[in-house]
Amino acid sequence: MSAPNAPALQLGDLDVVYRVRGRDRQVLRGVTLTVAAGEAYGLVGESGCGKSTTALAVVGYLPRNGRVRSGSIEVAGRDVLSMSREQLRRLRAQELSMVYQNPGDALNPSLRIGEQVAEVFRVSGVKRAEALDRSRDILARVQIADPGSVLRRYPHQLSGGMQQRVVIAMALAKDPHLLILDEPTTGLDATVEAEVLDLIRQLQTDFDTAVLFISHNLGVIRKMCERVGVLYAGRLVEEGPVGAILDDPRHPYTVGLIRCIPRGGVRKDHGRLDSIPGFLPSIGEQLDGCVFADRCALAQDICRTDEPPLYAITSTHASRCHFHEQARDLPRTVAADLGRSLTVDRSAEPLVRVDDLAKVFIQHGNDIHALDGVSAVIWAGETLGLVGESGSGKTTFARALLGLVEPTRGSVELDGRTLAPRLSHRSQEDIRRLQIVFQNPDSALNRRHTVRRIVLRALKKLAGISGAAAEQRLLHLAREVRLAERHLALRPSQLSGGLKQRVAIARAFAGTPRLVVCDEPTSALDVSVQAAILNLLVELQADEKVAYIFISHDLGVVRYISDRIAVLYLGRLMELAPAEVVFDGPHHPYTEALLSAVPSVDGTERERIKLAGEIPSAAEPPSGCVFHTRCHRKIGEVCELEEPPLVEVEGGHLMRCHIPVDELRRLQVVAEEVATA
Amino acid sequence: MSAIAVETAPSEAKVARRETISQLLRSKTFLGGTLIVLFWAFCAIFGYSIAPHDPLAQSPSVLAGPSAHHLFGTDQLGRDVFSRVLAGSRSILTIALAATVLAIVCGTTIGLVTGYYRGKVDDVVSRLVDAILAVPLIVLAVVIIVALGHSTATLIIVVGALFTPLVSRTVRAAVLGEGQLEYVQAARLRGERSPYVLFVEILPNVTGPIIVEATVRLGYAIFTIAGLSFLGFGVQPPSPDWALQIADNYTLLPAGTYWWTVLFPALAIASLVIAINLIADGISQVLER
Repeated sequence: MSAPNAPALQLGDLDVVYRVRGRDRQVLRGVTLTVAAGEAYGLVGESGCGKSTTALAVVGYLPRNGRVRSGSIEVAGRDVLSMSREQLRRLRAQELSMVYQNPGDALNPSLRIGEQVAEVFRVSGVKRAEALDRSRDILARVQIADPGSVLRRYPHQLSGGMQQRVVIAMALAKDPHLLILDEPTTGLDATVEAEVLDLIRQLQTDFDTAVLFISHNLGVIRKMCERVGVLYAGRLVEEGPVGAILDDPRHPYTVGLIRCIPRGGVRKDHGRLDSIPGFLPSIGEQLDGCVFADRCALAQDICRTDEPPLYAITSTHASRCHFHEQARDLPRTVAADLGRSLTVDRSAEPLVRVDDLAKVFIQHGNDIHALDGVSAVIWAGETLGLVGESGSGKTTFARALLGLVEPTRGSVELDGRTLAPRLSHRSQEDIRRLQIVFQNPDSALNRRHTVRRIVLRALKKLAGISGAAAEQRLLHLAREVRLAERHLALRPSQLSGGLKQRVAIARAFAGTPRLVVCDEPTSALDVSVQAAILNLLVELQADEKVAYIFISHDLGVVRYISDRIAVLYLGRLMELAPAEVVFDGPHHPYTEALLSAVPSVDGTERERIKLAGEIPSAAEPPSGCVFHTRCHRKIGEVCELEEPPLVEVEGGHLMRCHIPVDELRRLQVVAEEVATA
Repeated sequence: MSAIAVETAPSEAKVARRETISQLLRSKTFLGGTLIVLFWAFCAIFGYSIAPHDPLAQSPSVLAGPSAHHLFGTDQLGRDVFSRVLAGSRSILTIALAATVLAIVCGTTIGLVTGYYRGKVDDVVSRLVDAILAVPLIVLAVVIIVALGHSTATLIIVVGALFTPLVSRTVRAAVLGEGQLEYVQAARLRGERSPYVLFVEILPNVTGPIIVEATVRLGYAIFTIAGLSFLGFGVQPPSPDWALQIADNYTLLPAGTYWWTVLFPALAIASLVIAINLIADGISQVLER
């Protein structure tokens, strides 16, 4: 079978092309990398850089128009490219596993979990009854509490985290040499992500499997991998141990990538985020010199003519940059100074006052308490961050505020006037003042309308202007959100994700709104684009004194942009405080758990707090404190019986917990000392 | 494929649209169907003038077999079957087309409204649609035509009305998916009225399924109208309508000798329906890719 001690994966000068409109376009440019047996290797880079293509080439699942033009792929010492169909099938059945981003797509919706897991054993000839037994064992190994009942269920009856565990169980069931994980936790909540990552890490050691881990999230890569390769435009531009790459990057692309990420507690009033200018070259573009030259602030003439070789920096760290010694001093492309002040006058009347907002959905005859009595005030020019796991009521809160769903109870006041609960009963003036930027710009923009039409219509309805005045304002708005004039004639499908989001922002700002809800506006974007969008939002806030409600699961982003942060759990407000207080503590136990789940790019990991079980159903919220079923600091019966009130524990710091705040502070300081010791 | 979804240059999207059209033109199914339909459409317009004989003129040579003079023979009244087949496409094509347009317009409107509002409106209309669909179409059509009296207009309205629920169902399904998308909420959040949201925002995004549905319905409309004419509730004599020709002459079939009076109009109907189905197949193949 496989050669002993052979590397789990070896790519040699791999070129992959996609045939698009009759032309071969190169997507991978001479990728060479080795994953040793039992090693965890991370592959990072923005979308379109060829990460997934690499994975697909290895398993032989390139799309029909793609093919390996030259180079070699060896799995456990065996040449994949020369294999027959049957040999390839056997390789995939026994030695190679792949886990995709969306576990829901990887499972067959009409087959019970048991049959799907058993199938993995049955392809290698195990009898049905034994296969089922083994399935039960493997599910137990991925820490599924009740494997017997999970085996009898259908995929849709499991949560996303649970589905991904099943998929991982199936991938590991055959004890593969190589496990390829393509963004395995991207769609999951931070708390669930942390658990799945812990699990993968542990299983990797147990099974001694080599892992090729693909992710755009550098924090996840730091946590999971020993070595990292950075891909850009289909070329491996830097490779080395994870610490070296993230702490001492030697390629301008890697440097730029790390700088884009809001981390280490930076906030919007500390200055703008750096970004990477320009765009990824389109696929198949002929590039003579360095692939990154067009976007690089260090680029000299030589970079445009001579492809840089892989310079060795240490014996394990290499960078494909002529100026790798200066990479760390890469000049900023975005001036740090915002050039305007961000001030919030909290002595004035609040802009928005939300009082006891609640929403009950009825689903299959059950009452779903999506939002249960949330009150908050927002001042002009400030950002209120909204965090919590999915199902915590963040989106429902925003939608009730906007009037998109009619609240069951409670009211929203704007400038001291109560708004009609339903959008159709609100005046055009009130509609204008509350706007939204959606998460997914693909579905938020009508794909049949041009950018010009989208923005002009918003100007007509929201600003009440048309004709020449509107045209002028359109150009002004486009400039403000950094859209070029030529973009106006295009349809959304012709724009990149970042440009689409700029159109959505322009639309929201057409009528100079007072409050804009940003519902995960950057989660579908690459980090360099995210940085640019966050900068834009902050600039607009400084210029127009607009307030934001910023929903995000990325705590680094929320910390960067928010003045105050509200933490929601099962539709209830658990904590509301200035951003720094939420991060520095004392925290609500739930906030504490959320923060501990985030893998940090800097490698300053907190001790992980494992939350017990899954988020309870909003149809039957737990009695007493809704968090007591998962709380690691539960003090006793009082938590199960009595719902703690939301009290102001310090100036501007609201918390809903039975534990006195000083006690919480003491406990959390102790926990941190233990972690550092 | 996320890996290849990189920056799209402006021109590429236009290329993509042109590609859809060129894909259609490369599809043999679509081309074949279109050629046949174009032929019959040509006959519908010019049939009376290009026919070698007057389609309505009777002659003494009754029930003559196919010959050089009468390519498809003559019928009981000595009328030239070939000329009648050429001219006969006019009635069925215009009526079917008008009925389909009517059904698409009404069905699309109902589908948009029910799919967008859902709730009670949808429940009531959808149950109504189910009820209508439970009765055999032709029976319902016959009953209504008898009640209202014969006329081309009645025929169009009845067939159009009976096809409306089918169309509305397809459109509703497409709208259900679209209504969930955020651009619809964005429209509401700038205070757009419902008609604008329905017809300007949503409608352009569901044209694909509507086009396919329209082609399929046209085929069925020809079927239904031919059936009604055959039963005597559709096009009235002395029109050279194909179904009418079959109805006039099928009693002669048992003798076995006068097959040409029935075979040629029957082939004409079949070729038209098949051609339209080919077009529908071609379109849906290209759009679904």
